[in-house]
Amino acid sequence: MAAPMRLLVRRVIRLSHRNIHVSAAGASGRSGCCWGTSPCRCFSDDRNTHFGFETVPEAEKAKRVYKVFENVAQKYDVMNDAMSLGIHRLWKDTLLHVMHPQPGARLLDVGGGTGDIAFRFLEYVCSQQERQKRRATRSMQTPSWQDISNNYSTEDEDGPRESRAVVCDINKEMLKVGKQKADSMGIGAGLSWVVGDAEELPFDDDQFDIYTIAFGIRNVTHIDQALQEALRVLKPGGRFMCLEFSKVTNPVLARLYDAYSFQMIPVLGEVIAGDWKSYQYLVESIRKFPDQEEFKHMIEDAGFYCVQYYNFTGGVVALHSGFKL
Amino acid sequence: MWPSVCKPWLFQRHCVVISKVCVQQLHSSSSGFADTCYNGLYPGHIPTTPIQRALLAVGSGVAALRDPYRHDMVAVLGETTGHLALINLRERMRNDPEGYTILTERPRIRLSTLDLSKMASLPDGSFGREYLRFLEDNHVTPDSRADVKFVDNEELAYVMQRYREVHDLLHTLLGMPTNMLGEVAVKWFEAAQTGLPMCALGAVLGPLRLNASRLQSLFTSLGPWALQNGRQARCVLSIFYERRWEQNLEDLRQELNIQPPPLILSASNKRST
Repeated sequence: MAAPMRLLVRRVIRLSHRNIHVSAAGASGRSGCCWGTSPCRCFSDDRNTHFGFETVPEAEKAKRVYKVFENVAQKYDVMNDAMSLGIHRLWKDTLLHVMHPQPGARLLDVGGGTGDIAFRFLEYVCSQQERQKRRATRSMQTPSWQDISNNYSTEDEDGPRESRAVVCDINKEMLKVGKQKADSMGIGAGLSWVVGDAEELPFDDDQFDIYTIAFGIRNVTHIDQALQEALRVLKPGGRFMCLEFSKVTNPVLARLYDAYSFQMIPVLGEVIAGDWKSYQYLVESIRKFPDQEEFKHMIEDAGFYCVQYYNFTGGVVALHSGFKL
Repeated sequence: MWPSVCKPWLFQRHCVVISKVCVQQLHSSSSGFADTCYNGLYPGHIPTTPIQRALLAVGSGVAALRDPYRHDMVAVLGETTGHLALINLRERMRNDPEGYTILTERPRIRLSTLDLSKMASLPDGSFGREYLRFLEDNHVTPDSRADVKFVDNEELAYVMQRYREVHDLLHTLLGMPTNMLGEVAVKWFEAAQTGLPMCALGAVLGPLRLNASRLQSLFTSLGPWALQNGRQARCVLSIFYERRWEQNLEDLRQELNIQPPPLILSASNKRST
């Protein structure tokens, strides 16, 4: 069939791209010097991937990403505000508007450590619910006796549909910070915190209406596996939404953005969080992530339909959306 | 596109840097293999562009002023603003025979390299014994010094590191405790000696946190003494302290041309600014 062939061809192209990246990075000498720790490992496990601009063995990447987020967890939100000048809040708000969740929806937010998406989700469905209630009461200003007696009997069994948000993250520090935030904001109902790996989610099939991953998927070692897991845990008709840094299309903006990323952001990381290297990794990992079109194809390959993307802030951030049918 | 311009330049620079690192790795036998897995001229080095250094200087200055307990920001400020002063210091060290030895042998002052029991058995009044007493009285350890990160020359980075590690020894030489007044006095001495902008900033802003009586003692006796001695003393970085533990403290002061302090400050009046 055409689809598996296309899948195969794309996989081959991706692998060859990866090898080009590897050899380019190898030519700089970085990999050779730094990762000669265990030469025997180099022979047996020579599958490499990128960690920012470095080339590392695949097994190493997850550990290093874990360390990065463990270090930055406490200052994560402050840094987000400083680096994006608060614009990340608008991006996340727009994600919720595009999502337009209805009361009763079940959300899985992967890589959602500090809970930004989950909190916004719960607030949104709450306000949706109130709007619906208001609409209902307005339309029932003069109910008949029959209607009133019906209401009494149905009120208990079909109460307000409980929306639930599950925040899943591989990093315990980030979840800890998220839980603290939830406690201080007084949000508890309908929220759960689960430790899990995006490549191997600890959930059954067909569980969730919406799967979101905001600024997390570029840290995953095997993105295609994460996409397949997303497909698995979504219900039929469920929506996959991914917010991620992407390629800026406008060349002038791109230059400014690159200058800002490489000159300013690690400095902010050092001054605010005391951690230059984690934020250097962040800006490098953005450059290594596939662009909008390529990522759209990856999502389609995983089996999603009606995949489309929206560019925010000139392509600095892209929202990819797909459905499981 | 910036990244395609930036990357080759960065890679080229790193190629030069990596080749230097590789040569060093071949020669270094100490420090575990984990230490040699670094991406710069020395362990902990983070190469920076001039723009980044400028931004760091401003940012760390602001952060240090807002929260003086952020020692890492004070350190970064020192590293990013001290280039000329470090070159000057290195020249002075090179021109001094003992300083030249230090630049070649690169001693580091840490608990692991100090023989504490031997130092404790030294007679009172000897430099080693007084240094140990200073560490105990003020509850400090030589291992709390941050590593240098943003100096892009390996020898200058060592000079900076030496300056940090000598700081506690300076306290002993000058007889100053680690309370605010003592620290300000040492900063005035260091500013006069080294010319590091960070020391000068600390010397100017430190007194703002002192109460009236301490300010008076600073301006009337301690301050002028510190400044004068800073100017006339031999370069304190050029002294191989590790080989002078047995030397009498007063002798050492005379050799360095440092007069004893005009006021005896005790370590017990900490935290009462």
